[in-house]
Amino acid sequence: MTALLLLLGFPASGAIVLAIAGERRHAPEINTLFSCGTFVAACLLTLRIIGHGSLLLGREQFFIDPFNVFLVALTAFVGLTTALFSRPYMRVELAHGRVSNRRLRLYHSMYQLFMLTMLLALTTNNMGLLWVSMEAATLSTVLLVTLYRTPQSLEAGWKYFILCGVGIAQALFGTILIYFAAEKVLGAQGVTALLWTHLDAVRSQLEPTVLALAFVFLLVGYGTKVGLAPLHSWLPDAHAEGPTPISAVLSGLLLNVALYAVVRCKVLVEGSLHSALPARMLMGFGLLSVVMAAFLLFRQRDIKRLFAYSSIEHMGLAAFAFGLSGPVATFAALLHMTVHSLTKSAIFFTVGHAAQKAGSQLMDDIRGLITLSPTVGWGLMLGALAILGMPPFGVFASEFLILTTAMREQPWSIPILLVALGVAFAAIFGRVQPMVFGDTQGRRLPHPPALVPVFAHLVIVLVLGIYIPPYLADWYRAAAHLISGS
Amino acid sequence: MPHLPLDRQLLNACAALLLLLSFAMLSQRRIVSLVNLLAVQGAVLAAATLLLAWRTHEAHLYFSAALTVALKVAFLPWLLHRLIRRLEVYWDTEPLLNISGTMLVGILVVVFAFGLAQPISHLASTTTRNAIGIAIGVVLLAFLMMITRRKAMSQVIGFLSMDNGLFFGAMSATYGMPMVVELGVALDVLVAVLVLGVFFFQIRERFDSLDLHHLERLSERS
Repeated sequence: MTALLLLLGFPASGAIVLAIAGERRHAPEINTLFSCGTFVAACLLTLRIIGHGSLLLGREQFFIDPFNVFLVALTAFVGLTTALFSRPYMRVELAHGRVSNRRLRLYHSMYQLFMLTMLLALTTNNMGLLWVSMEAATLSTVLLVTLYRTPQSLEAGWKYFILCGVGIAQALFGTILIYFAAEKVLGAQGVTALLWTHLDAVRSQLEPTVLALAFVFLLVGYGTKVGLAPLHSWLPDAHAEGPTPISAVLSGLLLNVALYAVVRCKVLVEGSLHSALPARMLMGFGLLSVVMAAFLLFRQRDIKRLFAYSSIEHMGLAAFAFGLSGPVATFAALLHMTVHSLTKSAIFFTVGHAAQKAGSQLMDDIRGLITLSPTVGWGLMLGALAILGMPPFGVFASEFLILTTAMREQPWSIPILLVALGVAFAAIFGRVQPMVFGDTQGRRLPHPPALVPVFAHLVIVLVLGIYIPPYLADWYRAAAHLISGS
Repeated sequence: MPHLPLDRQLLNACAALLLLLSFAMLSQRRIVSLVNLLAVQGAVLAAATLLLAWRTHEAHLYFSAALTVALKVAFLPWLLHRLIRRLEVYWDTEPLLNISGTMLVGILVVVFAFGLAQPISHLASTTTRNAIGIAIGVVLLAFLMMITRRKAMSQVIGFLSMDNGLFFGAMSATYGMPMVVELGVALDVLVAVLVLGVFFFQIRERFDSLDLHHLERLSERS
């Protein structure tokens, strides 16, 4: 209980403190400190779960099992490294005059609030509160996307707000339908009928027709936030126009949390339906996202948009793997969520530095990073290779597992996936190569930028690709077991 | 036709009024009137909730009705009126599809909504189950309004009307959601409108207009 209170208390108090003191010079350090506290609390909670198994806390309002605790740990970790990255990055933005001190106050406060909403969404046991915190996550980031107040960022923010707002309204309707079905079984007291653990216990008695309808709404609703095609159009804009640390957490964390919500719903609905409908829908949306994103990658000129489309592709792949729904595929999907989140945020960190140095996000303006700053150059190159699924990085391991399982279960999907992955490789590698090794007139950076977070992420991804420690593998397996139920 | 008790008749009248108000919003181009219609819709929703609370003796429905009155009848319309005066947006431009066309599409949408509600209302044990189709209809009509309008302000009003429809749906299918969820949803709606208020001023400061066609550059660029 203490660990959970700390986990939610740190970002909550951080948001308040930074709303008051965010204009001080040391606000970035305070931000890092609170993120650090959150991370420590997440570690404590994780140790607790590994030791004692699932936990029900706070009058059953909070439920923590191996599935969500691994996302909690990941969220807190990337939250911390992003705070570390954002400290020097936002200082430079301030020096360039793109933000003012007052906007930095908003930025820091909202950053902590965003972490709070995501952690709340992950730990809550109440499907209604899950919805409330997902909506709150959108609201806390809208003003961050528009932080620079450029016309493009305003457009991106508006699109983000309206599309995700409408999407999430569909999810509310889905939640109402679940409540409606649950009330028949669990009684009309209204207290337990939205608690996931109670729903899970009676899932085979829930009315299938209602749940099938509910799943359509939930998938469309939360799927909008995952960025599944064809509901993805907010995602590249929001990623490209917001400040880079926000792109990193949106891509690395928010998409995961939304996919988590979808998977929780899928478990319930599958238990009631006894058919492959939810799995097929996830596979369909996933595959469509992979293909669409891969081909749209070619048309991108903005580096952050390029990697935003790559996020759509990878989220599609993870959704597809959840749709395959065996224990191995689910294991692969969880691993894929982890490595994608780490790699993509690392890439956004390097991209942020590269774009800051070049003074432009257009890929044609970014050249010869390796001569300007070897750390940034190598960071981008290695990050790009990792995200493209090159061995020995972790993305290779998860994609390999997904492909081999798909070959056994759904062989027809293999050619589609292979073509999409090949196209994505050509598109991204062809763009990154000249950016890193091309000629440049720019002068070498006097001092190398601090890129500890980038290399920390990449090293973890590398380790996960070569050797998954047994306790971590057990953990993934336990989570996969919970989801696939076999 | 069997005789319905008076309260059931009143509830059905409220449901019909909600749908009618949705159509009225669909056809209205004056933004001030749109806000008023939204407030009336909120009031009808509150009245329906009160009736239901009185009938079923569910205490949380009284709360829910009070919340609706405070938020959707009083505060949000007041805030929107203030925004309209400050930003001086009084009229929406011609919608993407002309009004009569939109109304025709709206009728089809409502038919579709009733079809969609069929399996749910069959299973519902609440006395208000006929209203589920209307609730879905209100949601879809609000959706239609958001699609066809150009001004940011009318899209937001559509968004709030959609929220009304969802609340009415929750009420008629299950006598409302648990209190904590309802409070959370209300908080989100409130914050959403406040965020939007800030956002409008930012758009205005940049473009001197709240017309959304200024916001179409990114799609051309990609």
